[in-house]
Amino acid sequence: MDLRLDNVSHHYGDTEVFRDISLEIPSGQIVCIVGPSGCGKSTLLRMLGGLEQPTSGRVLQLGAPPQGCLNPLTYIFQDFALLPWRSVRGNISLVLEDHKMTPKAREEIIADVLARTKLSEFADALPKQLSGGMKQRVAIARALAVNPAVMLMDEPLSALDSQTRELLMDDLISLWTRQPFTAVYVTHNLAEAVRLGHKIVVLSRRPGQIREVVSLETPLAERRYGDASLEAQQQHLWGLMRDEAAAADAELLHV
Amino acid sequence: MSDPARSVEFRGGGFVAQRKRGVGLMVFIVLLLLAEWGTRTGFISALTLPRPSDVLLTFQELYQSGMLFKHLIPSLTRLVIGAAIGATIGITVGVLIGLFSLARAGLVPLVAAIFPIPKIALLPLFVIWFGIDEMSKYALIAFGTFTPTVVATYAAVDNVDRTLIRMGQSFGLSWRSIVAKIVLPGAMPGILSGLRISLTIAIILLVAAEMLGAEYGIGAYILQAGSLYDLERLFAGVVILSVLGVVVSGVIGAVERRVLRWRV
Repeated sequence: MDLRLDNVSHHYGDTEVFRDISLEIPSGQIVCIVGPSGCGKSTLLRMLGGLEQPTSGRVLQLGAPPQGCLNPLTYIFQDFALLPWRSVRGNISLVLEDHKMTPKAREEIIADVLARTKLSEFADALPKQLSGGMKQRVAIARALAVNPAVMLMDEPLSALDSQTRELLMDDLISLWTRQPFTAVYVTHNLAEAVRLGHKIVVLSRRPGQIREVVSLETPLAERRYGDASLEAQQQHLWGLMRDEAAAADAELLHV
Repeated sequence: MSDPARSVEFRGGGFVAQRKRGVGLMVFIVLLLLAEWGTRTGFISALTLPRPSDVLLTFQELYQSGMLFKHLIPSLTRLVIGAAIGATIGITVGVLIGLFSLARAGLVPLVAAIFPIPKIALLPLFVIWFGIDEMSKYALIAFGTFTPTVVATYAAVDNVDRTLIRMGQSFGLSWRSIVAKIVLPGAMPGILSGLRISLTIAIILLVAAEMLGAEYGIGAYILQAGSLYDLERLFAGVVILSVLGVVVSGVIGAVERRVLRWRV
């Protein structure tokens, strides 16, 4: 299943958040969206998943979601959004409980996603016992449990320290390599974008418009930490963003 | 020029609540001993304060004559039934206010208007509405428990982390599931701390209701002792109320520890 944004524009009152954005998210690829703060990246992501409605333009789903998909558009949030009163298992079970399935089938799904995210031993832990990286792994497991057609990731690693971030990036790459998934990955971190993105969309500052779409050909599995060609790409992206970011930083907020 | 080495002065301590065991009990004991000593030496006259040991004796008599339970059981029944009715309706209405804008717009001003009314002032009215028997006492206690519970509950629902609700919606959870599995557990801490206050108010109203018309009950017992200026019995009644308050607070604390184990 592909996603397409068709001339999407959005206002909050008088503030124009973004203007005329058209974008294709082909299945099996990770599309990264980068841009200066306040350019509406996260708003764009909320629209892709139907949590917010654009002022004009359309968000389109092309084709049917694959068989066995329980929640085609599934989010992974920056702040994890785990229920603190449920164990790891309970948090994953939460998103399955509204679907008709036997308890055995549910247990099998939970066991499978826990194994894929290397969390099997922590099934009965409460979120407060887990580190930030572990919490985000639980959130990834929960997203995998509903077998999404597109994963919508809203700065999923921004709340983590840089070492944990590297570890989780490796995890995401190995998950994708084993079974390619479609994802939209919003971030302000260019290093993450060049490691994980097949396509990198650079947004300008508010009102957000697409400045450039960069395609990276190197397979995900071959991208390494500190790779020279990635470094060059990152330099290129930074060149695009630098002035925008500086201008966005100096802007007064009218809220 | 080399300055002499000096260790950096520590200035970071304090401003942290620490758990001190037994201090609370010590305060009680010291106060009681002071009263005992004062009344024995005549420093405090018998008209001002009864001797703690006499109060204890009165309490013993009360227990041995079987009158303790004759007063305590009707009181506890009234408290439990009245508070249960009030808290149940209060939590229900509070959740409705928290969830539906229409309920909020309609009921919040009403609750604000009811809150400051001294509920005891309404007892004569309740007697006409519900009869002189138990029903009017249940109604009074329920009414008094209701308002603080409503306010605490809807504030608690408002405080539930919106990102969790957004998460529920993004996974396509039904409205029912979001309320039952995200909103209610998330509001639990606020609801329980609201209950702490409303149950204490229930005890106050219990005594008030019993003072105005009951044969048995701790309120009636205290009123009787008061009109005879029997300070020992009056204080025995007051001690029962204090113990009741401590027990209620302890029970809620135990429930909190059980239900809110997930809290950081």
